[in-house]
Amino acid sequence: MAPVVKIDQIHKIYDSGDVPVHAVRGVSLEIQQKEFVALMGASGSGKSTLMNMLGCLDRPTRGSYLLDGVDVSLLDKNELADIRNQKLGFVFQGFNLLARTTALENVELPCLYGKTRMSSKKMRERAMYCLDIVGLSNRADHMPNQLSGGQQQRVAIARALVNEPQLLLADEPTGNLDSRTSIEVMGVFQKLNEQGITIVMVTHELDVARYCKRYLILRDGIVVRDEPTQDRSIAEIELAKLKEAETAAKLLAAGSAAA
Amino acid sequence: MRFFITLRMALRALRRNAMRSILTGLGIIIGVAAVIAMVSIGNGAKAQVQAAIASLGDNLVLVFPGNQGQGGGVRSGFGGATTLLPTDSDAIIAGFQKSKTDSDNSVIGVSPYVVARGQILANGLNWGTQIYGVSPDFPTIRSWRVAQGVFFEDPEVASSAKVAVVGKTIIDNLFPDMDAASVIGQSIRIFGQGGGGGGGGGGAGSGGTPFRIVGVMATKGINGTQDQDDVIFIPYTSHMKRISRRTFLSQIYVQAKDEDSVAKVKADVTDLLTQRHNGTIDFTVQDQADITAARTASTDAMTYLLGAIAGVSLLVGGIGIMNIMLVSVTERTREIGIRMALGAHGKDVLTQFLIEAITLSSLGGLVGVALGISGSILLGNYKGWPVEPSTTAMVIAVGFSAAVGVFFGYYPARKAAQLDPIDALRYE
Repeated sequence: MAPVVKIDQIHKIYDSGDVPVHAVRGVSLEIQQKEFVALMGASGSGKSTLMNMLGCLDRPTRGSYLLDGVDVSLLDKNELADIRNQKLGFVFQGFNLLARTTALENVELPCLYGKTRMSSKKMRERAMYCLDIVGLSNRADHMPNQLSGGQQQRVAIARALVNEPQLLLADEPTGNLDSRTSIEVMGVFQKLNEQGITIVMVTHELDVARYCKRYLILRDGIVVRDEPTQDRSIAEIELAKLKEAETAAKLLAAGSAAA
Repeated sequence: MRFFITLRMALRALRRNAMRSILTGLGIIIGVAAVIAMVSIGNGAKAQVQAAIASLGDNLVLVFPGNQGQGGGVRSGFGGATTLLPTDSDAIIAGFQKSKTDSDNSVIGVSPYVVARGQILANGLNWGTQIYGVSPDFPTIRSWRVAQGVFFEDPEVASSAKVAVVGKTIIDNLFPDMDAASVIGQSIRIFGQGGGGGGGGGGAGSGGTPFRIVGVMATKGINGTQDQDDVIFIPYTSHMKRISRRTFLSQIYVQAKDEDSVAKVKADVTDLLTQRHNGTIDFTVQDQADITAARTASTDAMTYLLGAIAGVSLLVGGIGIMNIMLVSVTERTREIGIRMALGAHGKDVLTQFLIEAITLSSLGGLVGVALGISGSILLGNYKGWPVEPSTTAMVIAVGFSAAVGVFFGYYPARKAAQLDPIDALRYE
């Protein structure tokens, strides 16, 4: 089967300042279907730039990028927008939900910009289905500010799924979450991955990266490491462990109180 | 097209900032309301003038003393120039009314007209009003019936008789206990004043002139602010000799046979008087259309002027919209970034913001129309002004405010559409 992502020697050079900044210096990469890749690196390593190019928000200065077999490095702004809408799903660090708009309407948003017009009934069904996947169908009419951080991120994941993308891109999806909700969100990603969705995730936390199947480390715009995750974490097990520890702590507290 | 979805989003965005939207729309609301109110009141005033001139009678040609030039103020003629004489009026009668067989006459009525302010005394009461000196043709020319008694006839004019025909208001003020029938034969004293200058003084010195009431005019009611029943008619000869002590006329009323002969009568009268005045055009001949044009010219000018001022306020309202749309674009940069990341084209964002601006300005326009109409009607009732809302003005005002939305909304919307999604997403 063809790889979802096939990039060949891509470079990105920013010309804006006095000195051109060579952010990505010849990265070649193939990501197959059903992969779950962590993209790691210090700030300034070029991982965000690479992510923007993978997400078709930015075009490489040099090199080619085949997304699902289509060369996207030559497309114009509107064509890129359509690719983002149809083939990609985005999950951001800051959730990026529209304020004062219900969870359901946030999830429906990508459908509004689809190439083919969808009936509002069908849109609603799709959005509800995606909210159900992330376990939030009972919160459909809640505004983002009525939801916890973890719930907001799950709404954002549902939104990323609504157009059935080829590739889910997550940019530090747990960056604004505490460790417990981080594990929950990673659990959602793992579940989606098991169902066959390809995921690329930027993170700088090793803990989080360990939930992925493969990890890449970028430094100064080149990939310095690319290998399968050893000793992979499974969200369900981690959550169970956490629960056990909490129960123990509670028992301990109760015991000391009784004494 | 995703137009309706975009429209719904725009309405939702406006509702989210309801207070801000109202304040922004206020500029347009006030502008449009001002335009509509001005036009309604202006139209009302114009219609009133037209009705007043039409109510003068049918197929009239009026001669005023002095050369009014091109469409100058007609009213300044009263008591001003002294060039129009009773002999002129006689010549018109001799020339066009009485000289030929009846069917040939292009003129069917002529009345000299002289007016001056005076004081009337009767029954121990007194009342100040306009005293009109006219000829027996006058009631016919003005299509004004005599309700009780009779109008004076040619012999009374010839003898400068001391007879008067009064309006209802005069009776109400001088004979409050009597009805129209019983005032016939009552005596009143008229004191000339004002216009006649020394003549008025002389009249007062002699203790006024006694007149006998011979008729009562039919009630005409109030036209705008003018009480049309506050009138007293006496023979013009009596007026000139006994009240105003003038030798000249205020106007001459000439009634043409029909609408088609108005132009001919106008030309004939002009020729005749020019000849009589030895080629000097020291008089003005106008038909009702000329008078209407002259009188409404000032109303029109006022309407245009106020309309222009209101237009400026629309412009200011538009700038207000542009301002708030720019703020809105900056404030919602992140939202724009999200939309673009999820697949919105620049065009979609442009449409969204443009529709917001147009919705804001059009709603403002509609509210402004409603406010303008109700405001002008309220003001009209309060002030007793006639009001005539104009559909054309409404359509133009709403259309114009929508155009204001397009014009002033385009720049902010384009700014939004040209944002780079990466920068917009990063915007804090």
